Amino acid sequence: MSKAEKKQKAGSRQILIPLIALAILAIFNLIVDPSFFSISLGVNSQGDPVLSGNLVTVLDYGAELAILAIGMTLVTAATGGQDISVGAAMAISGSIMLRVLCGETTQTSVLHTPIIVALLVSIVVAMLFGAFNGALVAFFKIQPMVATLILFTAGRSIAAWINNNELPIIDDPKFGYAGGFIPGIPIPTPIFIAVICMIVIALLLRFTNLGLYTQSVGINEESSRLNGLNPELIKLLTFVILGVCVAIAGWIKVSRLSTINYSTFAKDIEMDAILAVALGGNALSGGKFNMASSILGAYVIQFLTTTLYRMDVSSAAISAYKAVVVILLVVMSAPTVQAWAKNMWKKLRPHAAVKEVG
Amino acid sequence: MNKIKEKIRNMTDTNLLLTITIVVFFAMYIAAILIEGEGFLKPQSFFNILNANAALIILSCGLSIVMITGGIDISVGGVTGLISMCCAVYLDYKGGNVLMSVIIALAIGLAFGVVQGFLVAYLDIQPFIVTLAGMFFARGMTTIVHTNPFNVENPAFVALKETRVIVPGMGSVNRLGRYVDAYVELGVIVALLVVLLLFVMLRWTKLGRSFYAVGGNSQSALMLGINVRRTRFLSHVLCGLLSGIGGYVYFLHVGSGAVTHASGAEMNAIASSIIGGTMLTGGVGNIIGTLFGVLSLSTIQNIVASAGFGESWWTGITIAAMLCIFLVVQSVIMSVRKKRSAKK
Repeated sequence: MSKAEKKQKAGSRQILIPLIALAILAIFNLIVDPSFFSISLGVNSQGDPVLSGNLVTVLDYGAELAILAIGMTLVTAATGGQDISVGAAMAISGSIMLRVLCGETTQTSVLHTPIIVALLVSIVVAMLFGAFNGALVAFFKIQPMVATLILFTAGRSIAAWINNNELPIIDDPKFGYAGGFIPGIPIPTPIFIAVICMIVIALLLRFTNLGLYTQSVGINEESSRLNGLNPELIKLLTFVILGVCVAIAGWIKVSRLSTINYSTFAKDIEMDAILAVALGGNALSGGKFNMASSILGAYVIQFLTTTLYRMDVSSAAISAYKAVVVILLVVMSAPTVQAWAKNMWKKLRPHAAVKEVG
Repeated sequence: MNKIKEKIRNMTDTNLLLTITIVVFFAMYIAAILIEGEGFLKPQSFFNILNANAALIILSCGLSIVMITGGIDISVGGVTGLISMCCAVYLDYKGGNVLMSVIIALAIGLAFGVVQGFLVAYLDIQPFIVTLAGMFFARGMTTIVHTNPFNVENPAFVALKETRVIVPGMGSVNRLGRYVDAYVELGVIVALLVVLLLFVMLRWTKLGRSFYAVGGNSQSALMLGINVRRTRFLSHVLCGLLSGIGGYVYFLHVGSGAVTHASGAEMNAIASSIIGGTMLTGGVGNIIGTLFGVLSLSTIQNIVASAGFGESWWTGITIAAMLCIFLVVQSVIMSVRKKRSAKK
């Protein structure tokens, strides 16, 4: 086998990691309770037809995570670090959105501004915060996780500050469409939004050099500079793209709730987003990435969460179980462990080892 | 003036950052006295800062060691919360004794340190991911152990909690004209001892020096014959042990168990270490600086609170702003110095 072929194989093998994880979870659920997979067409309180079932829930609630995973993958690839402020930034963009929609009042059934305006404002603000993170990373050479620690610490406080610590509630059903159902369509809207985001990023990767540039900056910053790229600008750009993702995810999330709780809104979602990238088999130290694999990773995590909820694990305790899964995954994918396992395998099967040498 | 410049130029990175931190702290404390007036002049208000932050000092010290070695540990806050919950449940519901609860605290901290250290040092997994998982594990376990907040009423423990150490000659006369002794809590004594011990260890022992060597340049440390993996492992074990001690000191201060305890402590600890002049890239840092980092952080919080920004969200924003300023200043200073040394 030539070297190029081997590389090709390694690339396609990457998506196997989340696929295997998904298969394990699916088999586990199949054994425990086959009804997990049933999907039914019901009617919701407004009398509209809606699809329900655990698989729909996974796709529905996995939407935010999948969208975040898109941005997180780019940031990881270009900077070799992760953004831990996405949850806090989502709280900020959600808070901004409510502020714009509600105006001065705190409880409203009449929207002061069209939703699209509020969305655009929150996207711009999230992009600015992304640019802030990006500037710290790109120009001041601060490690991404530490640079984003600043926003992680301040984000929820800023979100509370925007709305004077009040909790605006929106009664207009139109606002709930993004996080629920559009009347007449039985598929949850977040699925559509996630699919649109995926198509956009797929087109971007296909028709622009975004993927190539982020990877080359992540692999070797100095030689990309010598080849005429501007590594600082590309790093900044990935953070700004993540900002857009954060705003969209925040929109879905705030639309689900029609209100916001600053301390619990999108809590711990940064962990899930980083985990999605890691589970997708992408190196957390930057360089090459596989976007489809990351997105699949996000849905695997949501699958895991849904499975745990079904097993009556309380929502506060869920992080302990997830942490164990994370550790198992990273241990299994650690190069040292893989080399050790390979050695053991060879020792157990000497014939195979001989063949490989030959 | 030129002499001072020359001196600054010849300082090591560690000493330069330490100097900045100490100068900033004193500037801030003087500002606090000017803004708040008499209140801050009393020694007791300084001791109160120590009382409230004894646990944070210990946690930050552990974190500084890991950061000097080039790693990071964000599980310390979660471990602290878990320890106070476990000790509280043990003392109140299982009728345990105080000594055993101390051992439980240390054992939990040590266990986290050993497991995380093993994963980081011997399996080459990124410390951030390992300790992030550690933090979520600890937070999740805390809710599994117990969910509702409650105060510990174990008499022996309450007696220990109420123990005050009088600082002689530092008292002040209160409004009624009575002389009140200045005091510190037991935790402060522990914290200061920890700072002293770690300072000596980092400065004069082989292990302490190898922390700096590994953090500064692990390749050359390896060539010097330092066992890099073991040093990394030990840094995490030490940090775990310190979060055990810090966790118990925290528990001693609050005297209760609650799921929300020590939430965000890891961020405060990281912020303190950075403000104290520990570089995240490793190899640079000082325990005394960390101590001053904690003090600066809480002084500025006091200033902000007394300057009329009483709302809860200002705390988070202030810490973040300070962290931001220090990170940028560090980054600028380091790049200037690097350029200068490259010129030579």
